[in-house]
Amino acid sequence: MNKKRSFLRTAAAYPHMVWSVLFIVVPLLFVLYYALTVENPDGSFSFSFANITALGSESYFPVFIRSICFAVVATVICLLLAYPLAYALTQCKVSSQRMLIMLVMLPMWMNLLIRTYSWMNILETNGVINNFLASIGLPRVQLLGNAAAVILGMVYNFLPYMVLPIYTVMSKIDRRYIEAAADLGCNGWQTMLRVILPLSASGVISGITMVFVPSVSTFYISQKMGNGRFEMIGDTIERQFMSNYDYHMGATLSLVLMVLIIICLAVMNRFGEEDGGVLV
Amino acid sequence: MKAVSRIYMVLIFIFLYAPLLTMVLFSFNEANSLSVFTGFSLQWYRDLFQNEEVLEVLSNTLILAALSSVIATVIGTAAAVGIEKMRSRWLKSAVTTISNMPMMNPDIVTGISMALLFVFAMKLFGMDSIFGFPTVLIAHVTFNLPYVILSVTPKIRQMDRYLPEAALDLGCTPLQSFFKVELPAIMPGVLSGLLMAFTLSLDDFVISYFTTEGDFQTLPIYIFGMTKRTVTPDIYSLSTLLFVAVLLLLILSNVMQGHAERKEQRKIAAQAGARRKKKGVR
Repeated sequence: MNKKRSFLRTAAAYPHMVWSVLFIVVPLLFVLYYALTVENPDGSFSFSFANITALGSESYFPVFIRSICFAVVATVICLLLAYPLAYALTQCKVSSQRMLIMLVMLPMWMNLLIRTYSWMNILETNGVINNFLASIGLPRVQLLGNAAAVILGMVYNFLPYMVLPIYTVMSKIDRRYIEAAADLGCNGWQTMLRVILPLSASGVISGITMVFVPSVSTFYISQKMGNGRFEMIGDTIERQFMSNYDYHMGATLSLVLMVLIIICLAVMNRFGEEDGGVLV
Repeated sequence: MKAVSRIYMVLIFIFLYAPLLTMVLFSFNEANSLSVFTGFSLQWYRDLFQNEEVLEVLSNTLILAALSSVIATVIGTAAAVGIEKMRSRWLKSAVTTISNMPMMNPDIVTGISMALLFVFAMKLFGMDSIFGFPTVLIAHVTFNLPYVILSVTPKIRQMDRYLPEAALDLGCTPLQSFFKVELPAIMPGVLSGLLMAFTLSLDDFVISYFTTEGDFQTLPIYIFGMTKRTVTPDIYSLSTLLFVAVLLLLILSNVMQGHAERKEQRKIAAQAGARRKKKGVR
């Protein structure tokens, strides 16, 4: 009876397991398959490393470097903006903290496309800022179509992903540690560096992954904010699928993106563990 | 120091809300312009409700969100119950890792991997195109599933383990015990999973973009198409409405959670009261 029951229970997960295999595992295997094959003129596929070697060529390699650089810069800026904000939030009254963190997350519920488009409206040559400059007699400035605009778009879109995990970890820090540090003669900065920073490191690490992953793989932001001048991996993948119909190259690029992100996650996990070890 | 942190917070909030305010402001613009505000008008909202294409896209999006969130909630809740009961640790972690993949992978990779599967299926069955509602539906259910499981699992762990056993002892069949005893106990988790799935599905662009084609458009895809041409303020009025809808859903889910928490607290308080009374009698 008992055995039968627990079998029934586990069976409840079967539809999900079948679904996961069909629509998660198999599609990822297809990415691998397309990446390692090329299409012959007669429409059949044959095994080849041609796509992988093409990655080193002029048309792809600079794109990778650019994507990684932009994503790293955006992640660092997010961290620099979010850390003080998360700290400031924990200093607010407990009753208003929940409200404030909701307010931080709220803009994320506006569609990504509209958020980005709205920034274009603000920054355009005849946009909100430039109209304001013109009205007070200053010359108009070109704010879009440069690397800074692309990075601004990324920082704006992903900043809340950095704030949330840092705030969550920071708000759980035992107040008595901070008091103890003060009692033992730490000044404000020392408390920050020696107590709060190490204790909130796990939040920082998950924040970094949560910002880096969408930044490195974005395709809409770079197209719009950079006027199409700064192609990133996401843009290249989109082009391969939507206009060149070269699924094999598109799959290869996706595979690289996945490997990149697995490496990033692994490195971050390692840091996380080491930190945990030091703390205990 | 306090003043500095206040100013800093205000500045960040200005940064976060600037595009949102621009959107709302220009959705009420009298002129057909997204940079010069000439006066207040509701004409873009009126246009929106007369634009049949937009209404069709809107209904597509809502049907997709409703259907995909319900399917994901049913499969996901059952899965959460089943995964909790798994004896083998290895199997448990394998199942969770795989189902979390769409959450960890960049959306573009999830979208493309599914597109490749559908292309293959198309060739296999010799069809012209299968891209459309069914493929987007499958994609949405897939990326919604981990969120449902994540919100149901904690409720299962919190539930009194002896509740289902008591139900069985009192003569319930396993199915009856699940529907009459366990499901009500985990309901708050199920509902918040459903809401989460619904909003995620409403908002998704990247995965839908790669798994649909031509006729079947969702709102974000329609907006994407519009931003490639010249954009008129009605796109902003549409987004404002959508944002308000999501906002209402979020408030609803918060109120529901608060309600559930209060109920739980009352229950605990009542139990404590009962214990105290019992002690007093003794």
